[in-house]
Amino acid sequence: MSKPYYDSADLRKFGNITEWSEELGNKFFDYYGKVFEEGALTAREKSLIALAVSHTEQCPYCIDAYTKDTLQRGVTKEEMMEAIHVGAAIKSGATLVHGVQMMNKVNKLDG
Amino acid sequence: MATKSLQKSGSDLANSNRQIEILSNGIFKSGELPTFKAKISETNQFPLKAKKLEILQINVGYMCNQVCDHCHVDAGPDRKEIMTRDTMKQCLEVIKNSGAHTLDLTGGAPEMNPDFRWFVEEAAKVGIKDFIVRSNLTIIRANKKYYDLPEFFKKHNVHVVSSMPHWTRGKTDKQRGDGVFDKSIKALQELNAVGYGMPDSNLKLDLVYNPSGAFLPGDQMSMEKDFKKALLEDFGIQFHNLFAITNLPIARFLDYLIASENYEDYMYQLVEAYNPSAVANVMCTNTLSISWNGYLYDCDFNQMLELPVNSKAKHISEFNEELLEGRNIVISQHCYGCTAGAGSSCQGVVA
Repeated sequence: MSKPYYDSADLRKFGNITEWSEELGNKFFDYYGKVFEEGALTAREKSLIALAVSHTEQCPYCIDAYTKDTLQRGVTKEEMMEAIHVGAAIKSGATLVHGVQMMNKVNKLDG
Repeated sequence: MATKSLQKSGSDLANSNRQIEILSNGIFKSGELPTFKAKISETNQFPLKAKKLEILQINVGYMCNQVCDHCHVDAGPDRKEIMTRDTMKQCLEVIKNSGAHTLDLTGGAPEMNPDFRWFVEEAAKVGIKDFIVRSNLTIIRANKKYYDLPEFFKKHNVHVVSSMPHWTRGKTDKQRGDGVFDKSIKALQELNAVGYGMPDSNLKLDLVYNPSGAFLPGDQMSMEKDFKKALLEDFGIQFHNLFAITNLPIARFLDYLIASENYEDYMYQLVEAYNPSAVANVMCTNTLSISWNGYLYDCDFNQMLELPVNSKAKHISEFNEELLEGRNIVISQHCYGCTAGAGSSCQGVVA
């Protein structure tokens, strides 16, 4: 059986990126940690946003991480799926809204 | 959803030696875990020593009206181990003569022990500062003979600590069985009705949350806020504190982790979340766990793994506070469960 391109165990090695560029790696993780602290938004709300973005970015590591994180925060399956639909709506909306550009171009070129 | 205990279903995980073998040798596809001993040695916290005894946790039997998926006791209706009145009398002598200020009755469902009420009445006379009964809530609604439990608890000023996996029906019933949520809500309303859990009430009602799957509990304070808001808005229920508890990889939870292929990831999660500052306050340092047949353990988890205290006094009949104080706590890989994140104990977070 061929080895899958992504290995879920690699997520545990995420912190190792600092080994090849310590300063930049540390700056990233400091920033990352700060972003997810409780602020004007709760950590729970931030986790749901992260879950939705994980899907629009189609990052399997992020999906695993934020599925677990939202579960830890007591988020229900229904809330998780609704968050993904929000991401999906923006993603499809973003595609469709570019249709206006296509229509403009067609109108210009082909009256 | 489980219907029988591991013991009744003949699982090899009913054998504590088998559990320790899995925990000690790992069954990992990639890498291996550092030992808990090595981990706490990094901060010079090995050997872990028992401090002054503050809490006596007495397990009065493994019989329970529920068969929860995560249960570290492997409790259920088919478990017959039950504490006798004679052993209870020995416990009462210790309660009278020890410096412990907290008595913590657990099970199974402790209320199912036929001498439970006698024991509560006798123990209440001793004047312990905090007298806890760990109730699964549904027992209050299980049978007519238990319907008066809220009044009974109130009469003896018992501090009720109840399991409640989530504020939604789906997540609660998934972990504990169909119908558990509705019965638990009714039981909480009945406890509230006699005065338990009210903001200005001395009748203490705390809830215990533990995750329904292979993940760690979230922040205790945020979870408490979410629980309080949802239970009040949806059902008019009030309670005092929420204790968030990490599931330890033993008994039925270990069985679930292995069967669902989550064992390796879960153990890594625990180790990655290891918090050296939680070690100083883990429950085994000020608690003594007494089994249904009177044997002494550092905690309820060691009791289930049949890892007795490292002391000459091994049974309640040999109890000697001086001998037990300063003993080396018996540790294994499951101890990572109590030192992950903010730490975990029967009283919630420790760091």
